[in-house]
Amino acid sequence: MPTETKAQDGAPTIGSDAAPLEFREVVKHYPGAERPAVNKLSLEVPAGEICVLVGPSGCGKTTAMRMVNRMIDISDGDILIGGKSVRDRRPSELRREIGYVIQQIGLFPHKTIGENIATVPHLLGWNKQRTNERVEELLELIGLPGDFRDRYPSQLSGGQRQRVGVARALAADPPLMLMDEPFGAIDPINRERLQNEFLRLQAELRKTIVFVTHDIDEAIKMGDRIAILKEGGILAQYATPAELLMYPASPFVEDFVGSDRALKRLALQRVRDIDLWTAPLVRIGEPVSEVKAKLSEADLEIPLVVDDQGRPKGWLSERGLQGERVREDFRSPAEPIVELDDILRDALSDLLSADSQYGPVVDADGRVAGVLSIEALSHALSVPAEHLPSATELAISTAEHDAADGAEEFA
Amino acid sequence: MSDLTYIPVLAQLNDDFFGNREGAADRCPGNNGLCPGWIADNFSDYLHPFWEHVLLSIVPLAIGFVIATSLALFAHRYRVAQPFFLAFVGALFTIPSIAFYLILLNITGRGFGTAVVVLTAYTQVLIYRNVMTGLQEVPAETVDVANGMGLSQRQILFRVELPMALPTIFAGLRIAASSTVGIAGFAFFAGAGGLGGEIFSDPAFKGNVVTASLLMILLATALELIVLLVQRLCTPWERAVAT
Repeated sequence: MPTETKAQDGAPTIGSDAAPLEFREVVKHYPGAERPAVNKLSLEVPAGEICVLVGPSGCGKTTAMRMVNRMIDISDGDILIGGKSVRDRRPSELRREIGYVIQQIGLFPHKTIGENIATVPHLLGWNKQRTNERVEELLELIGLPGDFRDRYPSQLSGGQRQRVGVARALAADPPLMLMDEPFGAIDPINRERLQNEFLRLQAELRKTIVFVTHDIDEAIKMGDRIAILKEGGILAQYATPAELLMYPASPFVEDFVGSDRALKRLALQRVRDIDLWTAPLVRIGEPVSEVKAKLSEADLEIPLVVDDQGRPKGWLSERGLQGERVREDFRSPAEPIVELDDILRDALSDLLSADSQYGPVVDADGRVAGVLSIEALSHALSVPAEHLPSATELAISTAEHDAADGAEEFA
Repeated sequence: MSDLTYIPVLAQLNDDFFGNREGAADRCPGNNGLCPGWIADNFSDYLHPFWEHVLLSIVPLAIGFVIATSLALFAHRYRVAQPFFLAFVGALFTIPSIAFYLILLNITGRGFGTAVVVLTAYTQVLIYRNVMTGLQEVPAETVDVANGMGLSQRQILFRVELPMALPTIFAGLRIAASSTVGIAGFAFFAGAGGLGGEIFSDPAFKGNVVTASLLMILLATALELIVLLVQRLCTPWERAVAT
């Protein structure tokens, strides 16, 4: 990593790459405490991935995170950023290269949004022009209007303040970010939006991130990898969300993940990721003989009527096939319609609420792309974990899709 | 009274303590009334004591602010000092002011300097306590995040904690300002003049007492307003409203 040398000659890192992070047998033992708060923690976070530290209170997850930027001193073992030990670094210099976001956000109330974001660039001695450009860039990145730079934190909503907190942590483009329950104080609806926004941002920025939470659902959603810690700071399991849900390593993990872990896996995949059934697509007025040929090739034996643009109209009845050409006679409407970008959990919920075994899947233009059935879903759940995508990959596939849609959510 | 003239301050009261105005007892100013005409004629006599009083207020406030803030910053850094400092500045405040002047007369003699020492001592508890409170009220997470971004202890103090404590610090300074103007009324015990000397030179004459008192109130109000104005200039974020 070139970051350290750059910082030393006073020309800090912009556009710096993410750095891999490694915990090597890290121990934190507070004086007077019976047992360590973190006990021989070893794990590696590849560059550009989100590692979520999760566990019940008292499991040492925050302690583990705070040892990375030496807010807490390491008792034994070592932490390496980009292969270099944090123990050799001066704490204040080290911290300027690591983004830091906490639950309470901690914006400086006496400084404007622009000044808040410019905190670290200011410490690093960036000139005015470079700082201003960076502030502008970041405000745009987090989707706040440029004139917000002159406002004070008290004039912003909770969600806006949280975004500014993230922008401030990103200001000097650190190769590593530490986030301690960053969405913990936000109401559930806004939290979901901010989580999605952050995943999209991360898909673009590709920082190495240590993310602390006590919420397993948030861990599954945000993490490329999840480290579950149990009391006494012992690592119970370190795995991708899918592995964790499929193969919990111990009764503790199984219990912590919850008895609905099979259902939670449904949140890890989107409809586009699984093998869909093919349906015989027919148009009104088509020769019945052709339909019969299609019927034998498709997974489903019921013809799905589509319009000229390929959009689903309804399932054809037996009587529709009596005669030479297909007649408009539906046995049932084409419901529920599932989108390729729905996560499996939502798709299953649609099927169940429509009281249906299967539903047509449509792409962004509304054209039929296949059929989702309960059977296809249950087959997807039996796919080995290593084939499942990570949170960042999911976010990228969504981001690409949204880019096609005009990415209106950022506006 | 003459037995007590070895105490210089009382010696000064002896000769003309009960006034030396001329005139009939049933008319102003001989009747001790309010006497607006007399006030108008003699107002210029109050200007010199007034300016003395201004100095007696501003100088102790300035010195007191520097000392109390330094004490508070020291105690903020070295927490063990906190109870000692608080006890010390609190004890200073409990010394009766006249006694304080009289004690110091034997040490520092008569004059402006003695008065400044006493008045400065009284500002300590008011300013110290507010600086301390202001620093302690800075949320722990704000300091934590400043730390986490790599600000040094000194940078955290001067860029985060002190600015955030300013409203509380200024509140203490305002109280200290009006309190000092009041206590400076006794500065004449140390031979430092001021409006208190005017009041006690003829305490039975309403016109005199009212004029001197009103000037003191005016001074106290003006000082408070000036501090408030400076506060508003220094803390623009306090006025930022949600849009």
